[in-house]
Amino acid sequence: MPFEPPYLHPDYRSTVLRAPRRELVRLPAEWFHHAAGPSFGRIPVRPEDADLTRQHLGEPLGERIIVSGRVLDSDGRPLRHTLVEVWQANAAGRYLDPVDDHPAPLDPNFTGAGRCLTDDQGRYRFVTVKPGAYPWRNHANAWRPAHIHFSLFGTTLASRLVTQMYFPGDPLMPYDPILNSIPDPRGRELLVARFDLDTTVPEWALGYRWDIVLRGRGAAPLEAG
Amino acid sequence: MNPTPSQTVGPFFGFALPFEDDANALAPHAAGAVRIEGQVLDGAGEPVPDALLEAWHGEQFARCRTDAEGAFHFTLSKPEAAPGAAPFLNVIVFARGLLRQLCTRIYFPDERAANDTDPVLARVEPQRRHTLVARQDAGALHFDVWLQGEDETVFFAL
Repeated sequence: MPFEPPYLHPDYRSTVLRAPRRELVRLPAEWFHHAAGPSFGRIPVRPEDADLTRQHLGEPLGERIIVSGRVLDSDGRPLRHTLVEVWQANAAGRYLDPVDDHPAPLDPNFTGAGRCLTDDQGRYRFVTVKPGAYPWRNHANAWRPAHIHFSLFGTTLASRLVTQMYFPGDPLMPYDPILNSIPDPRGRELLVARFDLDTTVPEWALGYRWDIVLRGRGAAPLEAG
Repeated sequence: MNPTPSQTVGPFFGFALPFEDDANALAPHAAGAVRIEGQVLDGAGEPVPDALLEAWHGEQFARCRTDAEGAFHFTLSKPEAAPGAAPFLNVIVFARGLLRQLCTRIYFPDERAANDTDPVLARVEPQRRHTLVARQDAGALHFDVWLQGEDETVFFAL
């Protein structure tokens, strides 16, 4: 399954001591992959969680954007009323997280965390600001391309997905060991949103479109990698 | 359609993914509540302070971020066993350095007979099965997640 990253990808240094070294145990899909996934019903989702620009008294700095798309399973069915969680750096490339010590400013009007449920057609939509690139210490002069983190549940154990969405044309993508852990360029392409004039709201915000496909019952088991 | 590939949860999710009472699918003193405590460790035996674990069975769901010592805890009830199987909790581990999640299970130490005949445990090499069974400590079950090492936890292929 060349579209999935392996666990061990030494260019991303943190994998070296964290990727399992033993062979993963294979179970029949009916026992395991198709078993019920986690139930997200306890996670609170408020209507204002989908607009990351309106969670404080003022508006955050940065380029206002709309990110929207559909959540489908790999059998082509829309996933209705499923939870989508997002989190990101602010426009300066700084996370609100206390672990982040990058010397770029925090924005008092931006948390950078959102949630929404997909609608009857499996659509989601967030309003936010475009996240900035930021340095990390993986290697000399290492910078993460701008990205938004996504977490999705689906219905089965195998459909649970945490991933990252990238922006088209970002010059940092070819240098990023996390994105390039996916060996096949077609797999990497699946993580890049496209600029979309139909999602763009005139005089207000640029629109990006990104569809997300979760593993359905017909999906082949992954290589142990 | 090709599934969207996975990427790491990264180190900076702690301000975003936790929610109120996330680690407690049940109130800690509710009838039948079982507390499970443990640590996530890397191949050097160092704690992993930036992991996120999710545990569930049925409608019960708990999420816990590891602390600076790599420690986590959950409160859930012990599930009913399916016919011919031992009761277990599903666990998913996300972390910085994990490009995909890891899936494991927590089995119960007081279910020795059921564990001995469980069809999933039967697919695991006998000398590694203990990594899937919690240990009874005072007042809580204990379950460590070793991402690597001599006692690497058994993970299941997605």
